[in-house]
Amino acid sequence: MKTTLTTTALGLVLAAGAAGAQELRFMCYQDGSECAAWGAQMATFEAENPGISVIVDEVPYASIIESLPVQLEVGEGPDLARVTDYGGLARFMLDVRPYVSDADAIEARYGQSLAWARVGDNNADGIYNIVDQLTATGGFANKTLFDQAGVEMPGAGATWAQWAEASRAVRDAVGVDFAMAIDRTGHRFAGPAMSYGAAYFDANGDPILVDDGFRTFAEQFVAWHEDGTLARDVWAGAGGGTYQDAAAEFINANLVMYYSGSWQIGRFGRDIGDAFDWVATGGICGPVACTGMPGGAGIVGFKQTEHPEAVGKLMEFMARDEVQGAVLAQTRNIPANSVLQEQGIAYQDVSDDVKAALTTFAASIPTFADSAYALQGYANNRAIYTSTPARITQAIVGELSLEDALTRLDADIAEAIAQ
Amino acid sequence: MLKTLATQAYDGAFNLFERPMLALQRLFGQSRIAWVFLLPNLLIFGLFTFLPIILNFVFATTGGDRILLADRPFVGTEHFASLLDCESYFDPNSCHRDLFWRAVGNTGWFVLMQVGFMILFSLITALILNRDIVLRGFFRAVFFYPVLLSPVVVALIWKWILQRNGVLNAGLEGAGFGTVNWLLEADWAFFWVVFVSIWCNMGFYVLILLAGLQSIPSDVYEAAEMDGTPRWRSLWRITLPLLMPTMLVVMVLSVIRAVQAFDEIYVLTGGGPGSATTLLIQYIYDVGFATRPRLYGLAAAASLLMAGVLFVLTMMQLAATRKQSGDN
Repeated sequence: MKTTLTTTALGLVLAAGAAGAQELRFMCYQDGSECAAWGAQMATFEAENPGISVIVDEVPYASIIESLPVQLEVGEGPDLARVTDYGGLARFMLDVRPYVSDADAIEARYGQSLAWARVGDNNADGIYNIVDQLTATGGFANKTLFDQAGVEMPGAGATWAQWAEASRAVRDAVGVDFAMAIDRTGHRFAGPAMSYGAAYFDANGDPILVDDGFRTFAEQFVAWHEDGTLARDVWAGAGGGTYQDAAAEFINANLVMYYSGSWQIGRFGRDIGDAFDWVATGGICGPVACTGMPGGAGIVGFKQTEHPEAVGKLMEFMARDEVQGAVLAQTRNIPANSVLQEQGIAYQDVSDDVKAALTTFAASIPTFADSAYALQGYANNRAIYTSTPARITQAIVGELSLEDALTRLDADIAEAIAQ
Repeated sequence: MLKTLATQAYDGAFNLFERPMLALQRLFGQSRIAWVFLLPNLLIFGLFTFLPIILNFVFATTGGDRILLADRPFVGTEHFASLLDCESYFDPNSCHRDLFWRAVGNTGWFVLMQVGFMILFSLITALILNRDIVLRGFFRAVFFYPVLLSPVVVALIWKWILQRNGVLNAGLEGAGFGTVNWLLEADWAFFWVVFVSIWCNMGFYVLILLAGLQSIPSDVYEAAEMDGTPRWRSLWRITLPLLMPTMLVVMVLSVIRAVQAFDEIYVLTGGGPGSATTLLIQYIYDVGFATRPRLYGLAAAASLLMAGVLFVLTMMQLAATRKQSGDN
């Protein structure tokens, strides 16, 4: 009898413990050291919240883009994830406003980026995402190559045409392979296209893609591929909507000017070291504007979680100034948190190149066009980002005339939106 | 002693299964007991082969970008009609789904070139390796080695060789020749895709053809030699006809494999430049998984059309095999 009672009591204690323990799975990708940085913060969170444990599952970015949506679609997947596709994942996201103690503080700090997930049927005042890495597209220039070539580097406010001319002059003088390169994605294409006058949305906020501005930049873009100004290897070196960058060429000092984004800063700081001097160019101007594209990775919770309250607590913890500050200092990213933007981040062990680049990119974000923010928050932006390289590349390699490529691009986007 | 022990162990094991087997036989009857043994395999086959095929049909006839069937509206043959909507099937630009028809055209050319040249080179290699040459064992291993490599590894190796600053261009430059952007010019990219595919698959078919060559009785050649038959005539009149059943097996396998080619090409060229090396499987992957929104229905319809073509091709080849067996 005594044995039975003891066993039953032990069983009840174990069962109660199991019921009380909440394990959160956090699917995380990283450009540099983001997952490791968040992993280090979890000990503090778990100490503050006994009974909640967090497992950080580090995955490649491709898993976030390709596998996560399918998992969520069938009701599976992690409790939280670090994502960039807010529009595409919006319908799976958990509004943690009911579970946070100070929603106003989060709103005050992350208001602009919170809007990116308030799309579709999501609540207009919902808290769905805590952006831990604000990004901006922009250029990087190899200063050493400019110095060697004796060519003056275009300054702040320089135009795309000026950068093209200067980069070609440097390439020809020093004998590297490439003058300029732009990452193969519609996201990177959008900034310069807007600078050339592409609106992307009409006055009612409905998407339009191929307008005069878009067409003008597309013509220039194809022409620069034809005359060798832009590295053909990047856009013509792949098919479909496949993403391709030119970071390796820039790191190997084989490229004069590279248009990518602030997420490359950490990698350049690490891989280039003191091999050569490089600078961030800041916004590059077209005839109409000088905008890049904002963006950023952030942590979101998902509706299918069994522990929404715990997810809310974790996201509020991640949003805290000192926690974000510690993670950003380690990951060398630009804060989305407005308080930290004002205070500045004490980045750890960074070179002068990296520090200057972070400052330049951070300063460029407030100058971006409204349409750039609208596109970033647009639910179907991924369709634009993948269709653009697929069709523009067809014009670059001569499979389609530019006119036909743009017609097809418009049709692709119209179909995607209709879905 | 050892033999007695083994016999006893065998008898013991036999007796262990005898009773339950007899009970099963009594329960189902002798004519139906075979189904009991087939059931595990049928279940696995049904779950992992037939069910996905049925699901593929369901996805092909439903629309939207949702994955759960309950959320997908029935659209009938809309996806098939969209894929087949063309003014001229020989001009992809006139088609509603131009990329699909480019992929169809590329796949057709790829199958023709890859299968044709692969069988030719495999046959020549097998004929050489079947002769009594120096280091025959070594060369047989060398030709088979690429088959053991992962297609992704093969593609990465060749990418390092063929890229702008790759080994091939370095060699050409060193020898005083000009360099070529092998993977950025559409025709060259297609050539290298075919070449790499042949390089990494040929060893498998060489092995099959070698087995076929070795199964030809040597006395036939001896008789021909005694009659003074020239070597080329022996090849034409004896080797090739007797090797034809093996060649058909090789053809069926290589056509199916060529139509399904994806991984090494995806890594080597990404389907580019433009869509120059995009084959059907990559089109299906792009439409279903890589672009937004994910058009599962369209991808499923495209895969069914491809399966239909493959089925017809395989049936034609099997019919040819049967006809030849009948002739023989």
